[in-house]
Amino acid sequence: MFRYILRRLLQMVLTFFGATFIVYALMFANQDDPVQALAGDRPITDSQRQILTERYHLDEPFLQQYRYYMEGLLTGDFGTSLTGRRISDMMADAWPVTIKLALLAIVIAATVAITAGVVSGIRRAGTFDNVTLVLTLVILCLPIVVLAPLARLVFGVQLGWFPPTAGRDASWWALLLPAIVLGSLVVATQLRVTRSAVAENLRADYVRTARAKGLSGRRVIGVHVLRNSLIPVVTLVGVDIGNLMSGAIVTEGVFNIPGVGFNLFRGITTEDGPLVVGFVSILVIVFLVVNLVVDLLYAALDPRIRYA
Amino acid sequence: MTEIRAETDVLPGVDRAAPLLEVTDLHVEFRTRYGVAHAVNGVNFRVSPGETLAILGESGCGKSVTAQAVMGILDSPPGHVTGGEVRYRGLDLLPLPEEQRRRVRANRIAMIFQDALSALNPVYTVGFQLGELFRVHRGMSRRDARKRAVELLDQVQIPLAKARIGDYPHQFSGGMRQRVMIAMALALDPEVLIADEPTTALDVTVQAQIMGLLAEQQRQRNMGLILITHDMGVVADVADRIAVMYAGKVVEEAPVHDIYARPAHPYTRALLESIPRLDHKGGQLNVIRGLPPALDAIPAGCPFHPRCDYAQDACRHDPPPPYAVAPGRTARCHFWREVVGDE
Ligand SMILES: Nc1ncnc2c1ncn2[C@@H]1O[C@H](COP(=O)(O)OP(=O)(O)OP(=O)(O)O)[C@@H](O)[C@H]1O
Ligand code: SF4
Ligand SMILES: [Mg+2]
Repeated sequence: MFRYILRRLLQMVLTFFGATFIVYALMFANQDDPVQALAGDRPITDSQRQILTERYHLDEPFLQQYRYYMEGLLTGDFGTSLTGRRISDMMADAWPVTIKLALLAIVIAATVAITAGVVSGIRRAGTFDNVTLVLTLVILCLPIVVLAPLARLVFGVQLGWFPPTAGRDASWWALLLPAIVLGSLVVATQLRVTRSAVAENLRADYVRTARAKGLSGRRVIGVHVLRNSLIPVVTLVGVDIGNLMSGAIVTEGVFNIPGVGFNLFRGITTEDGPLVVGFVSILVIVFLVVNLVVDLLYAALDPRIRYA
Repeated sequence: MTEIRAETDVLPGVDRAAPLLEVTDLHVEFRTRYGVAHAVNGVNFRVSPGETLAILGESGCGKSVTAQAVMGILDSPPGHVTGGEVRYRGLDLLPLPEEQRRRVRANRIAMIFQDALSALNPVYTVGFQLGELFRVHRGMSRRDARKRAVELLDQVQIPLAKARIGDYPHQFSGGMRQRVMIAMALALDPEVLIADEPTTALDVTVQAQIMGLLAEQQRQRNMGLILITHDMGVVADVADRIAVMYAGKVVEEAPVHDIYARPAHPYTRALLESIPRLDHKGGQLNVIRGLPPALDAIPAGCPFHPRCDYAQDACRHDPPPPYAVAPGRTARCHFWREVVGDE
C-alpha cells in the first residue's frame, strides 16, 4: 500500500511536469511575438517590452524559460498576471469559491444520482425508471453552454427563485443554482451507473443470503446492495472531476462567479499566459490528487482490491 | 437456549407438538417473457427433528426453487408460489406477512448455499456478516455480536477464529468459506437447516469434512436437515430419508435403505444405476436416456413417460398420484409394484 502511494506520487510528479510543460509551451512558445502575446491585443511601449522580456526571460532559450518558471512555481511564486496582480493573490480569491461550487455540485449530483439510481435499479421498467431515463437523456443532450444561461434566465431572472449572479464571497445559497447546473453535467451518467450496478447486485447470490438471514428489505438494500453498487460510482467521480472543471469555466462565466474557471476563461481570451499556466498547474495537481484519493477510496470500498 | 428462542416463540399459531416442517402440494411458477415455467408442481415432504431428508434429482428439477419457496426468498417477480402449504410446527408460512416471515428465517429455518464465495458479501468481513445476525435479530451490541461470531467460527472448526474474524470472504479457502456459511446458518440455532448442494463446489476431500461437520452439528442440535444434492453417493452415508424429484414433483419418498435396496419408481431406479461404481471397471455406465422435460411443456400424464422403460398407455394420460408403497413410503408410479419386484 505504502509503495503503491509512493509510486503514484512519483507518477504525479511526472504528469505534473509534463502537463505544465505542454501548457507553458502552448502559451509561450511558437509565438511570432511572445511579448505581444503576453500583453494580448494591447499596444505596448518599448519600456514595457523590455520589462516583460526581462521578467519572463524571453531572450533566453525556451527550456531555460520553463526552468525559471518552474523554479518560481515550486517556491510558491506564480509570478504576476499581465493585469499586474500577483497570481497567488488571485488564486487565494478564486479557489475557495470554486471549491465551494464544485463540492456543492458533487454533493447535489451524487445525492440525486444515487437516490434515483437505487430506486430505478430496484424498480426497473417502472414509471419512475422510465421518467428518469427520459430526464437523463434530456440532460445529456443539453450542453452546459445552453443549460447554464437558460437556468439563470428562467430560475434566476424570470421566476426569481435564486439569485441570478453569485459574485465574490458568494453564499452557499447563491451558489446553489450554479451548482445544480454544474452537477447536471455529471448526474446523468452517475445515475445510469448506479442504476445498472444496483440492478446487477440485486441478482447476486449474496443478496439471497442476506434475505435468508431474515434481514429487512431496507437493510438488504441499504447495507448489502448499496455498498457494492457504490464501487463503480466512486470511480466515476474521479473522471467527473475533469468534466466539472471544464463545466465550471462556463458556469462561473454565466453566473459571474470569480472562481478558477472565470479567471481561466478571461486569461485564455486575453492570452494572459502567466495566469493560465499558473491556474492550470494547480488544476493539474487538484485533478491528480483527487484521482489518487478516488483510487484509495475504491480500495477501501472493495477489499478485494489490493494495491501493491 | 431459552434466551435465544424467546423472541420467536411469540409467533402466533405455532404448535410445538405439530410436525417440525411439512410441505404439502407446493406449486411454484416463473412468469417470464418467454412463457410460464412450472418449476415446482406439487411437492410433498416432511422433516422431523434430528432427521436428514435428502432431496435428489437432476439439474433443473426444482430442488433449489423448492428450498427458496420454503425460505420465502424466491426471486419475485418472476417467481410465484401458486399453491400449497409450508407448515412449520403447524403454522402455514406462506400467507404470513413479510415482517413475521422474516423472523422465521435464520431463527427457525436457515439455509446454506452451494457457492460460498458468491453467497457471502465480498465487501464485508465475515465477522460483520455473522455478527449482523445477532445485532438484527437479538439486538446485541457490536461487541457482543462479535464475541458470538468468534464462538461460532470456533464451533465450525475454523482455526484461529479470533484472528480471522476481520477477514473478508475472498481471504478464506473454499472449505473454510463453506464453514463460515454453516456458522452463519447455525447462528440463531434454527430447528431446520436447508443445505442446497453444500459441497458441490468443493474438492472431494473437503467435501467429506463439510458433510461430517454438518452431520455433527445436526446431531448436537437435533436439527431437521434438508440436504439437496444430485449426488446419490453422498446421500447414502448421511440421509435418513430420500425424496427423489422429477420435473417439479417428488416422485418417490422413502427411507434411505429401502430406496437403495428396492427402488419403487423407474426414475429412482435409473438414477441408482447411473452411479459409477468402483467394482464396475470398464463396464458400461448407465445413463438415463433422453432429457428432462422443458418446464413450460411438461408432458401430460406421468411426466417421466417419454424416458420410462416401464411406460404403458395409461402413463400418457393419467398422472400417477403418490401411491403408498409402504408405511412412510410413497411412489408416483402406476406400476410401482413391478418396479419394486424387478431385480
Ligand atoms: N430466477 C429464476 N427465473 C426464472 N426461472 C427460474 C429462476 N430460478 C429457477 N428457475 C427455473 O426453475 C427451474 C428449476 O430450477 P432449480 O434451481 O430449482 O433447479 P435445481 O433442481 O436446483 O437444479 P441444480 O441441480 O442445477 O441446482 C429452472 O430450470 C428454471 O427454469
Ligand atoms: S407412471 Fe408410467 S411412465 Fe410414469 S414412471 Fe411409472 S411406469 Fe413410468
Ligand atoms: Mg439448485
